[in-house]
Amino acid sequence: MSMNRRNFLRTTATATLAAPALINQAFAGSHGPIKFVSILDQSGGLDIYGKPMVDATKMAIDEMNESGGLLGREIELKIYDPQSSIQFYTQFATQAAAGDKADVVHAGITSASREAIRPTLSRYETLYFYNTLYEGGVCDMNNFCTGSTPAQTVEKLVPYAMKKWGKKVYIVAADYNYGHITAEWVQKYVRDNGGDPVEVEFFPLDVTNFGPTIKKIQASKADMVMSALVGGAHVSFYRQYAAAGMNKSVPVASTTFGVGNEHKLISAEEGDGMICAYSYFEEIDSVANKDFVARFKARMGDGAPALNELAARSYEAAFIWAEAVKAAGTADRMPVIEALRSGIAYDGPSGRVDIEPKTNHLNQNVYLAELKDQSFNIVESYQSQPPTDTLMVCDLVANPDQSVFKFENGLKAAGIDI
Amino acid sequence: MDLYFSLLLQIIYGVANLALISLGLAIVFGMMRVINLAHGEFLMLGGYTVVVATNNGINIWFSILILAPLVVGLIGLIVERCLIQWLYGRMIDTLLATWGLSLLFIGIITSIFGASTSTVISPPLGTITIGDYTSSGYELFLIFVVIVLLLFVFLTLKFTALGLVARATMQNSDMASCLGISTSKIYMITFSLGAAVSGLAGGLLAPLTGVLPNIGAIYIGKAFITVISGGSAILAGTTSASILLGSVNGVMSYVTGPTFGEVALLFTAIILLRLMPTGITGRFFRKSQ
Repeated sequence: MSMNRRNFLRTTATATLAAPALINQAFAGSHGPIKFVSILDQSGGLDIYGKPMVDATKMAIDEMNESGGLLGREIELKIYDPQSSIQFYTQFATQAAAGDKADVVHAGITSASREAIRPTLSRYETLYFYNTLYEGGVCDMNNFCTGSTPAQTVEKLVPYAMKKWGKKVYIVAADYNYGHITAEWVQKYVRDNGGDPVEVEFFPLDVTNFGPTIKKIQASKADMVMSALVGGAHVSFYRQYAAAGMNKSVPVASTTFGVGNEHKLISAEEGDGMICAYSYFEEIDSVANKDFVARFKARMGDGAPALNELAARSYEAAFIWAEAVKAAGTADRMPVIEALRSGIAYDGPSGRVDIEPKTNHLNQNVYLAELKDQSFNIVESYQSQPPTDTLMVCDLVANPDQSVFKFENGLKAAGIDI
Repeated sequence: MDLYFSLLLQIIYGVANLALISLGLAIVFGMMRVINLAHGEFLMLGGYTVVVATNNGINIWFSILILAPLVVGLIGLIVERCLIQWLYGRMIDTLLATWGLSLLFIGIITSIFGASTSTVISPPLGTITIGDYTSSGYELFLIFVVIVLLLFVFLTLKFTALGLVARATMQNSDMASCLGISTSKIYMITFSLGAAVSGLAGGLLAPLTGVLPNIGAIYIGKAFITVISGGSAILAGTTSASILLGSVNGVMSYVTGPTFGEVALLFTAIILLRLMPTGITGRFFRKSQ
């Protein structure tokens, strides 16, 4: 090949243009910071959940960086606030995956937001952690769901409450996929335990007047109420319920109360006696948890929010991911996924948790607690509970190439009798 | 029987609730033809006044009934002097300006108190028992306050000098100002009065719903629908529209659930406005205020 002026210019130009990109890539690939993106609502109706989650995530990343980062690299945390709006979720997920080239994304509070971004992150092959308790059923190689699911919590909560209060159960739930599917689980467990789900009612997230429903609950002669209400507006249900004197005669158990620190928002008289089941309570009596709570309070000062499953799990999930990165020796997606699924365990404030490889969910401890004076008294605890709900429909070991939400059309469509 | 009685009480409460959240807006709209898009935020500010005051140890009744309307009335006065008075007769501009104002208020409150629900105040009254059913005493109190409030507005408009001047301004502001009435002053008073009523409403609702910086958005839609369905007469309009829409909402919520309750309310309003484009008082009670 003869070298003429035109050829020479073309070659050098390409080389000059490509050089920074090459250097950049090499740098980002193994020497630059590891990118950890968090997308959680810190304003709007869902902020009661999102803010403590963000605080706990920041604490996890700071602690990792203080102890030298991961694989000798710093972890760079980037936080987006989707303002309780689904449209921002898709926008930020795309930004995180395509723009920031995130190594891992921890995101989503409502199931609606998870379903909005899960396909995007799958498509961009960006590792995704969803750290909120939810209705179960996600079967996705790329998505690790670390929150508790109904078979872990509701399955224990329903018989315990029914034994205590009676068999006729009135169900109130939020009007989107979480509320609908959770209400189905509640009905299933109520029937499994010989009870009668007398009525199910759904509420859009902005409803604040629960008067007619409270009358219906009285008229139904139910023995107890199961609530799967979500967000700041729905807190008024508990107030109005107590104002009508109902909390004494028809007590409430809930699958969501407390994870938004609602027990601090309503008074002791309004909340006393409620029963909830989660994989974490601030009141867990263990050395690891006491230390965790003390570190969190020291860090946040006087304005520290109460810790709940969502916050503690956000913290733990960051460390589970970190364990996998250490085991894999890289932050690249596939090696980390393989490491996670090889049975990585982590001893966190909630106890020992480990990844269940058929579902990419967690085997985790579950605690039943009763509310008294704005704090939870733990009355029962269950060690290392598997996500049996999702296990019924999902097997990523047999069929790894999946990215679906099995309960999208409800439990009946997934072949589960309710 | 007990059930029907307690349901009836619930529906009356629903009606009172609608009238309460709409009255402030109705006063401003009826008198001045100003559509105040920051109305929801006036309610929100009333709520925050109560929360801040009670957290600082001030008696809850004093905070709700005196402080909330006073503080929000003052804010209304400032808003009218600084913003609204330059925009009379320019409806679109007023819409835009008050919308901006509402965003400003949400922003200010969010940066002070954070975007989360605040308040641990509980409805400060016991429960009322009707046979097998219990109702909140505070809801009963709220119904009572709304009746007093409506009576107060009625008596003021009908029997005081201020009411006479206000009605004159409302009917024909040019003629009123020819006769030596300072319409600008009347507008100022009306606007702050409307704001004060909204503040009172927000304060009254705070113990029931809790307060959020963006809680105004929950109220504004319903308040608008009520006011527009009611038409231009402040009292007759608000009352008749609240009774109609509140009953439809209450009954449908009980029969089918809250989602369809809301749908039924909106559906009724649409049908109503199709049949009576100027609202209920555009067709009936024309001589009322």
